[in-house]
Amino acid sequence: MPKITFIEHDGNKRTVDAEVGSTVMENAIRNGVPGIVAECGGACSCATCHVHVDEAWKEKVGPPSPMEEDMLDFAFDVKPTSRLSCQIKMSDELDGLVVRTPAQQG
Amino acid sequence: MSKAPTSAPIKTDAVIIGAGPVGLFAVFELGLLDLKSHLIDILPKPGGQCAELYPEKPIYDIPGVPVISGEGLVEQLLTQIKPFAPEFHLGERVESLTRLKDGGFWLATDIGTVIEAKVVVIAAGGGSFESKKPPLAGLEEYEGKSVFYLVRKIEDLRGKRIVVAGGGDSALDWTLNLAPVAKSLTLLHRRDQFRAAPDSVSKMKALVAEGKIKFELGQLHALEGEGGKLSRVIAKREDNSTFPLEAEVLLPFFGLTMKLGPVANWGLKLEGGLVAVDTEKFQTSEPGIFAVGDINTYPGKLKLILSGFHETALMAQAAARVVNPDKRIIFQYTTTSTSLHKKLGVS
Repeated sequence: MPKITFIEHDGNKRTVDAEVGSTVMENAIRNGVPGIVAECGGACSCATCHVHVDEAWKEKVGPPSPMEEDMLDFAFDVKPTSRLSCQIKMSDELDGLVVRTPAQQG
Repeated sequence: MSKAPTSAPIKTDAVIIGAGPVGLFAVFELGLLDLKSHLIDILPKPGGQCAELYPEKPIYDIPGVPVISGEGLVEQLLTQIKPFAPEFHLGERVESLTRLKDGGFWLATDIGTVIEAKVVVIAAGGGSFESKKPPLAGLEEYEGKSVFYLVRKIEDLRGKRIVVAGGGDSALDWTLNLAPVAKSLTLLHRRDQFRAAPDSVSKMKALVAEGKIKFELGQLHALEGEGGKLSRVIAKREDNSTFPLEAEVLLPFFGLTMKLGPVANWGLKLEGGLVAVDTEKFQTSEPGIFAVGDINTYPGKLKLILSGFHETALMAQAAARVVNPDKRIIFQYTTTSTSLHKKLGVS
């Protein structure tokens, strides 16, 4: 099973197992990772599951879709590595993925 | 604080707080038992999360409906409850809820509507939708004085130096509305693309080209001022460098988020930020106040529209007994009951 490491704003780290095909957001919620709200439940319509993808993983994870990029307008502290975690699907290729949660989701 | 009532209280059987799918269906179940409903919702349209968060997203778990969009479900529910002529108070938030001595409740909204109801049904979902607040140090000091999330009166902002932050329809609409009255106006957005009506975007760009307003690429970083009086907004570029914008007023438009809001102050028993209910009547710790849908909790609770619908049916039975304690409730099916057919207008 691929692993994801969440790094909270205060530096707290947590690594979880993720099923292939599940989203990064789902794994955060399942494991009670603070800093991911996911108000809309994964519909790409609230921007409260915003993460900063670790620079080393940026290329593998890829850029946001146009719709996701639009939703990022409603997030704070948006960076070139920003993604909505409900739109990142886990695969074996992403085993070891590192994402950071921002100070505030909304 | 709720304002003084603008008129005599509206009297009704049930007030439903929240016009999402479950609040709407509550009108139906209460209506079958002859209870008249008023609905209050902070959003300007009915539908709650279905309308605000995922109008175009498909829902697959409504029994008998293999797939329907959030918006489609709301439309169908509005059609379904039409025979019961519910009255809507939209764009209003219930601020206070008071129990009357002789039974029943007084509810007052933020714009002064007062309703007297025999029962209250809280169907507020994730709580009330509120504007997202930017994570800026000392923000609270400026809120309501220099930082506003909505504009009630354009005139109040005449002659001010204004910064509008965001790139959606609200940001663009207010940029266009305030451009003629502002002393100066700067639109601050993180990219040169906008999730807004193309017409608004081109109008905004024309104003920039004419030199009437400014557009800056960047994000909110800090506020400068004293005693709630803003003097500068500090913005941050993508490369983390910062720059100041002279401003007396900041209007951040970053969409909505859900907060439990005033419900938390009504003395109801809460568990984990949700309203605790029993599973016979879906009544809260206060007799006559019910809670259905995502806002309630009980052993085994699932936040499903399906579960919310079921909860309204049982809640209505209990609510009808509160409203008409002497009336015998005869259990009837909509398929066969002639009296229900009359209520539904299908006889």
